[in-house]
Formats: sequence, C-alpha cells, structure tokens
Amino acid sequence: MRWGVITFPGSCDDQDVFDSLKLELRQKVKFLWHKDELAGNYDCIVLPGGFSYGDYLRCGAMARFSPIMQGVVKFARSGGLVLGICNGFQILCESGLLPGALMRNAGLQFVCQPVYLRTEETDTPFTGALKKGQLLKMPIKHGEGCYYADLQTLERLHKNRQILLRYVDAKGRPAAAANPNGSWENIAGICNEKRNVFGLMPHPEVACNRILGSDDGAKIFTSIAAACADRAKSHG
Amino acid sequence: MRVRIFVLLKEGVLDPQGNAIERSLHTLGYGEVQNVRAGKYLELNVDAPSRAVAELRVREMCDKLLANLVIEDYRFEISSES
Repeated sequence: MRWGVITFPGSCDDQDVFDSLKLELRQKVKFLWHKDELAGNYDCIVLPGGFSYGDYLRCGAMARFSPIMQGVVKFARSGGLVLGICNGFQILCESGLLPGALMRNAGLQFVCQPVYLRTEETDTPFTGALKKGQLLKMPIKHGEGCYYADLQTLERLHKNRQILLRYVDAKGRPAAAANPNGSWENIAGICNEKRNVFGLMPHPEVACNRILGSDDGAKIFTSIAAACADRAKSHG
Repeated sequence: MRVRIFVLLKEGVLDPQGNAIERSLHTLGYGEVQNVRAGKYLELNVDAPSRAVAELRVREMCDKLLANLVIEDYRFEISSES
C-alpha cells in the first residue's frame, strides 16, 4: 500500500509520521507538498499535526484552501482513506470532511501529556485491528483540541457510531478528570459517515516504539494497512 | 468601501477566553461585568460597484473563510470611506 503525507507550511509532525511509517512499520510513504495537485495512486493520505499557516484566523482555516486539498476532498469522496492527526483533524473539520469543530482548550492552556484512549468502535479501517474497549496510550500536544458539535450533529455521531476514541482514565472510564481539553463527551477522535475519513487529536505517530513510552499508535497504522490489504484482495 | 467585520462565538458555545476575561475583570473590582464574549474584529477595503454587491461579496467571504459557521456568527458594517 502507498501512503502520502502532506506538508503544509507550518506542519511540524510530517517527518515523524513519515519516519514512523517507513522505519517502524516498513511502509511505502511519500511526502506531498500542499501546493501540488494530488497525483498518483495512494491508499491513505495523512494530514499531519503542526501549525499550518501559523494557525492564523482559525486552526486549519487556511490549509483547507491549499491546492492539494481539492484533490484530498475528491479522494475522500471516492472512498480513499484520509487520516487527520491534530492540526490535520482541525483541517478535516474546517474542510467539511468531518463534522463539528475544534476549539480553544477549555482550560486555555496548551496541553502536552500522555493520555489514555478507549476504542469505541472497531468496524472502521482505522481501528479494525483493535478490540472494542481496548485502551491505548498516546501523547497529545495541542492548544485547540476541544471538540464541539451541535446537538443534532452529536445525535448523528451516536446513531452512526462515528465516535472512535474517547479520553478515559487509566481504568478506561470517560471521567471528567480524564478530559484534557473540555471536548464534548470526552471525544478524542471521530470518523465520517462513510467511515473512510478519521480525525483524532492524539498523536499515534509518536507512539510507535516502546522506547518512546508506547507503541499503541502503531496499531492505528497497522489497522489501516490491514484494511488496505483486504481491499486489494477483494478487488482482485 | 471600508468593511468592518465582527466574528463572535455563537450563543451557547463555551467561550473559555471570555470567561477568563470576565474573571479578571471581577478580580479588578468590576463586579458589574457579565457575559463577556471574546471574538475577532477585521477591517478591510473592498472595491465594488455598489453597496449591495459589496455586501454579497463580504457575506461570501465570511461564509467561506472568515467565520466558521459551526461555532461562530458574524455581522459587518460597510461605510463609503476607505
């Protein structure tokens, strides 16, 4: 399978995603420049974390209009897998590929810490290698990760089981104290209705080797790789 | 034409910045202050044949980029000076 990692001006986790995919997971991966068109065959496009366009106006508001994003929207509409991490999640919300918005952390502070996440749904390409309820440990590092959606949108998220990850305590409970940023219902990651676009605030790319404290992040990437291998098989 | 645009979080959307500012004002002794909302203020010039056209264009700009309608409302004023 082929991965593409987009570099926007101000992206800073693109190299970490690239290295984790290539060195830890032995995947074929290429950098994509935000000013280029999305050309070539990719199975999964990753929008990495960082501060695209300096986070000016709103996080992700300008990156959404980068030339490559037109191709990403088309790619997603045709069923391609798109993963947005942190600033990438913000860009996906701004571009309308995911519902809701990410706002200033309720505590107003930038938070940089490991968190526990609970796997809520496993019938997606992004969480298929996980078990329902499985706990994952990964770092977060963001100032604007408070997930917000209006009530109708939240209802839809429930009905279609689009909430894939929640912030929980070490025992797996979505307690208020385990919510690092004020996100509604401790939401840490959601997918779209078609289940081919996934955004999350935590950083799987820096949790791919135990030497870094956890390799739970790798399970997201291996889920995606397994889903793509299945797709390739069923398409003969 | 000179356009002044105000972007504010929607009613009911948590505004932690506004709350922090309110607390600071209370600490300073301004106990009469309530319901502080922090938003954005933008000014820009537009070249347009009429006020109606300018309004249409500015509304488009707000809907597409300057405000995120999931969480924000906006309003604007247009004056003939520039």
